[in-house]
Amino acid sequence: MIAIDDLHKEFPGPDGPVPVLRGVSLHVAKGEIFGIIGRSGAGKSTLVRCINLLERPSRGSVTVGGRALSALDGPALRAARREIGMVFQHFNLLSSRTVRDNVALPLELTRVPRAAKRRRVTDLLELVGLSDQAESYPAQLSGGQKQRVGIARALASRPSVLLCDEATSALDPETTKSVLALLKEISRSLGLTIVLITHEMQVIKEIADRVAVLDEGRVVEQGRVFDVFTSPAHSTTRALVREVLNLELPESLASRLRHTPSTASHLVVRITFTGAAAHAPIMSEMVRRFGVSFNILHGHIDYIQDAPYGTLTVDAAGPESGLQAALDFLRHHNLKAEILGRVAETDRAVA
Amino acid sequence: MSQRLIELLLEALGETLAMVGLSAGLAVLLGLPLGVLLLVTRPGHILAAPVFNRVAGLLVNAARSTPFIILMVAIIPLTRAIAGSSIGTAAATVPLTLAAIPFMARLVEASLREVDAGLIETAQAMGATPWQIVAKVLIPEALPGIAAGLTITVVSLIGYSAMAGAVGGGGLGDLGIRYGYQRFQGEVMAAVVGVLILLVQLVQSAGDFTARRLDRRQSPGRDGK
Ligand SMILES: Nc1ncnc2c1ncn2[C@@H]1O[C@H](COP(=O)(O)OP(=O)(O)OP(=O)(O)O)[C@@H](O)[C@H]1O
Ligand SMILES: [Mg+2]
Repeated sequence: MIAIDDLHKEFPGPDGPVPVLRGVSLHVAKGEIFGIIGRSGAGKSTLVRCINLLERPSRGSVTVGGRALSALDGPALRAARREIGMVFQHFNLLSSRTVRDNVALPLELTRVPRAAKRRRVTDLLELVGLSDQAESYPAQLSGGQKQRVGIARALASRPSVLLCDEATSALDPETTKSVLALLKEISRSLGLTIVLITHEMQVIKEIADRVAVLDEGRVVEQGRVFDVFTSPAHSTTRALVREVLNLELPESLASRLRHTPSTASHLVVRITFTGAAAHAPIMSEMVRRFGVSFNILHGHIDYIQDAPYGTLTVDAAGPESGLQAALDFLRHHNLKAEILGRVAETDRAVA
Repeated sequence: MSQRLIELLLEALGETLAMVGLSAGLAVLLGLPLGVLLLVTRPGHILAAPVFNRVAGLLVNAARSTPFIILMVAIIPLTRAIAGSSIGTAAATVPLTLAAIPFMARLVEASLREVDAGLIETAQAMGATPWQIVAKVLIPEALPGIAAGLTITVVSLIGYSAMAGAVGGGGLGDLGIRYGYQRFQGEVMAAVVGVLILLVQLVQSAGDFTARRLDRRQSPGRDGK
């Protein structure tokens, strides 16, 4: 649906052009929710603005729905933009218009007949759950309501693509959730392709199918959200993932880890659960079958796109042979079991 | 107050209102588009035309920096050509309008500039043409500011019209000068000043009220941002 090829964008600076995008290539499939995440200043907004040519690329091409936008100009570009809805961080509603008239604006631009316009706006307000606020002015609405108006407006011209630049960054967590749920619902029900820019991994985790990580104007990692979350390759991605999935061992525990076996030491093992294995009663079976006892040091379970994903760090004690068999048993069940180190018995007592 | 004085005041007030009304109307008609052009032809704006913008800016500044009394004298030939005479209420309207247009234009430009750039971008993202952006976004969003600008323009015009009166333009200024200054009738002068004060108060209150009514940025009963 969207193909971005070798996109470069530079802005004029005091000491010559400053590159902001340095060869970005992305392909977004129809009906997909594609997340783009990165730190502040990574070039996310510039990238999304290049998709509807609010910003003209310095080099490279942008194709939406098979049409090379970067080659268009004037009326052709305006017509193409009507196929792309956009939702903004600060809503950008006209304060002088009621909710109804804000949503109607894109329809006025193309002179949609009155009756058809009215019907369309009524349907859209219904869709975003704001039928009872049609005659209110934006100043009378909460942030979440304003963004719903923004979404309804973006959908008015029946676009095939929706661009969201930090659409939830000005909202509280609760409202963010409900706005994301709305986006997900309209993506499914309208077959809408959504490109979602954010600096919050939580947002990606909540609704994106795939994600690209942008760092200093380059895509440093991309893939299915679950994969990127569970095995992040780039340091920026790992840092972003850490913010939402707390996989790190507590400092107090990490400092006691030894990496050489010694007498009377316990294994510290991190077990990673993904998918179906997260539901099976594997741990209890392990205890029963191999005579190992364990003590939970740290644990976390989360759902990424409704797929469970968790880690459990345990301190396992028992005969060396039993421990080995237990690890084999875990791996046999497709669980990742990493030995992080050992802790001495005395240390354990302290803990 | 004598019957005669009241008649004189009413007649003069009528002339002032005619001068100010006509020139304010023309100032809106011509100053509004000029103000829009001053903004949208700026470099990087939606109808960028830097040369035009520079020239228009210079002309507007030149007109605005010419003292009204000099402007009035300087354009007498033009006034004659348009009004058929350089004396009288109709004649005074010409320099008044000419002074008010650039004044109004700058105030309009300033109000339009206050409109959040994000709104222009939003309209562009919807596929709006530059003129649609002007008509549907810039002007409606700037309307409270434009109303305030018009109020300032009208109040200034009332002042200028009194000056025009001094050189034979008729109206309240003329009355004040003729009776109050030249014939030492202090009460006429006082009455003229009183009427002018009332007039300005009325215009200002009406303007403030209108601007408030147009402003939807904060809803009553709620804290604004
Ligand atoms: N119009 C512009 N002119 C000059 N520099 C710009 C312009 N727009 C963006 N930049 C620069 O490009 C870089 C990337 O900006 P961009 O807004 O794309 O980042 P971002 O990833 O969206 O960040 P944030 O999360 O803060 O919104 C920044 O360093 C910014 O200063
Ligand atoms: Mg941004």
